[in-house]
Amino acid sequence: MPEPLLSVRDLVVEFPTRRGVLRALDKVSFDIAEGEVLGMVGESGAGKSLTGAAIIGLLEPPGRIAGGEIWLRGERIDNLAREKMRRIRGRRIGMVFQDPLTSLNPLYTVAEQLTETIRTHIDVSEKEARKRAIALLDRVGIPAASRRIDDYPHHFSGGMRQRVVIALALAAEPELVIADEPTTALDVSVQAQIIDVLKEICAERGASVMLITHDMGVIAETADRVAVLYAGRLAEIGPVRDVIQAAEHPYTVGLMGSIPTLTQTADRLTQIPGAMPRLNAIPTGCAFNPRCTRVMDRCRIDRPELAARPGGRQVSCWLYDTAMEAADG
Amino acid sequence: MIAFILRRLVQSVIVMLTVALVAFSLFRFVGDPIASMVGQETTLAERAELREALGLNDPFIVQFWSFVARAATGDFGISYRLQQPVMELILSRLPATLELALVSGILAFLFGVGFGVYTALRRGNWLSGSIMTISLIGVSLPTFLIGVLLIWVFAVELQWLPSFGRGDTVYIGDWWRTGLLTESGRASLILPAITLGLYQMTLIMRLVRAEMLEVLRTDYIKFARARGLSNRAVHFGHALKNTLVPVITITGLQMGSIIAFSIITETVFQWPGVGALFIRSVQFVDVPVMAAYLMLIALVFVVINLVVDLLYYAVDPRLRVDRANARH
Repeated sequence: MPEPLLSVRDLVVEFPTRRGVLRALDKVSFDIAEGEVLGMVGESGAGKSLTGAAIIGLLEPPGRIAGGEIWLRGERIDNLAREKMRRIRGRRIGMVFQDPLTSLNPLYTVAEQLTETIRTHIDVSEKEARKRAIALLDRVGIPAASRRIDDYPHHFSGGMRQRVVIALALAAEPELVIADEPTTALDVSVQAQIIDVLKEICAERGASVMLITHDMGVIAETADRVAVLYAGRLAEIGPVRDVIQAAEHPYTVGLMGSIPTLTQTADRLTQIPGAMPRLNAIPTGCAFNPRCTRVMDRCRIDRPELAARPGGRQVSCWLYDTAMEAADG
Repeated sequence: MIAFILRRLVQSVIVMLTVALVAFSLFRFVGDPIASMVGQETTLAERAELREALGLNDPFIVQFWSFVARAATGDFGISYRLQQPVMELILSRLPATLELALVSGILAFLFGVGFGVYTALRRGNWLSGSIMTISLIGVSLPTFLIGVLLIWVFAVELQWLPSFGRGDTVYIGDWWRTGLLTESGRASLILPAITLGLYQMTLIMRLVRAEMLEVLRTDYIKFARARGLSNRAVHFGHALKNTLVPVITITGLQMGSIIAFSIITETVFQWPGVGALFIRSVQFVDVPVMAAYLMLIALVFVVINLVVDLLYYAVDPRLRVDRANARH
């Protein structure tokens, strides 16, 4: 197996508070291969965005990486000096944020923001940077890019602004793009377009994508593999078809059951009873055990580790413990 | 853009007319002007004659109109106390006040923005902690007390700087007497400028700090960081410019207050400016000077407001509505 572009190993993110340390991410491990689109799903507060922020080195204090390693193409990046990490941001890892209305500085033209980004990372003249900026805008589908480049952000609609944001994130040709809910703030009608633009342009450049979203539809259409987060822990990770059609972790099963489909004719969607635990009240053992329909005694005591399953999947659930299966059989 | 300026100009004229009305009422309600002009022995008939000659029996609106018309040409009459044209008096003292106000305004802005940015970026270190504490003193101590304290420390105890007056002055042109070009003039300016500007500085500093902290939390700053821009570009290129939009307004208005409230500082330091002139005029009920001073301060505020609005326009592209309308 070739070396992955990004490798996250046992990542732990903690928030020290007055009442003790909150563990927001607990031993999260996953890889993103070259050119791959990894979907990252989970409920609000599961730690999706935190994972992205930790990778790009922009955790908001007092949040901090308390354990684990992050490797980018064989280079460890979670403990880099601030200045070195800054050079990776934008140049090797780009990021697209959720709200295009607030992601752009209102006081600078699109041209100024683009050329500034390009010239921060690539040694080109102002003129060359502008040429590249126009080409980028054109590529992300801004009509009359050479004219509109000198407009201010408020002259663009929401969908157009998100295209500008994508252009900015890709300005220095990063190898990995972290897209944190890139379509959540947009009209449904433009969501698909934005996802298409993002996917196409990344495919063209061979950039990998980590797509953070809670929209399973987007994941199904776009991602190669999907990782499911629950209460700061990875529940399941695997190829997107397999996970959607034959989820193994009971949480993923519940998650998929709660998505309406056209082929189903159920009166009610299934829902998972209860709510995700707060970070200061994560139960011992498996974090999902109080809500799980197939809970066993062991789940309340021991925490299941992420274990390999056939077909390149990994699940953290005692149901699939090989020793257990062997004992049962 | 032109429509915008025109609209603001019309508003300014309305404001000035309102202030003129107040200034004009001073003549009618602060004592009888005839009484302050004539001696004890003047007969009632002579007084009535003078009253008629001065147009004081004309209807209110006619008198007001002639006051406004003369004020517009800079004619505010003769000072009761000094028997000189009011405009001449004010112009001879205006340079002193303007120099003081300008220097303290610039000091307040530079140090205010500098300290504000520093304390916002370096939250929690001891230096920004001390700056914040000292600024609290600056906000809460009254101006005259700061002036007196400064005089005590630097003029009386240390004897580094003069405690009153403008020092030596030289003329630039016909009437502008400046203290900026002589050493004693500059030395004399230091204490009053600090006294006058300290409060404004702390105000600007606290405003800049609060705004900066606010801006640093915005998404576009996060996005700027995510694009790998240097700290300098993020803090000064992206954050500070956004911070300055509201700061400009406050600073502009404060500039007006600095000129208007230089009265106290001028009194403490016996600074020969317009403020000191005004105080003396109040003591002697010298209504023409008081009225002219009122109009002058109003004019300063109106002009500064206009400038602030134009600056706003220059800094914030979202206000350039004409262009946006043309596009959509």
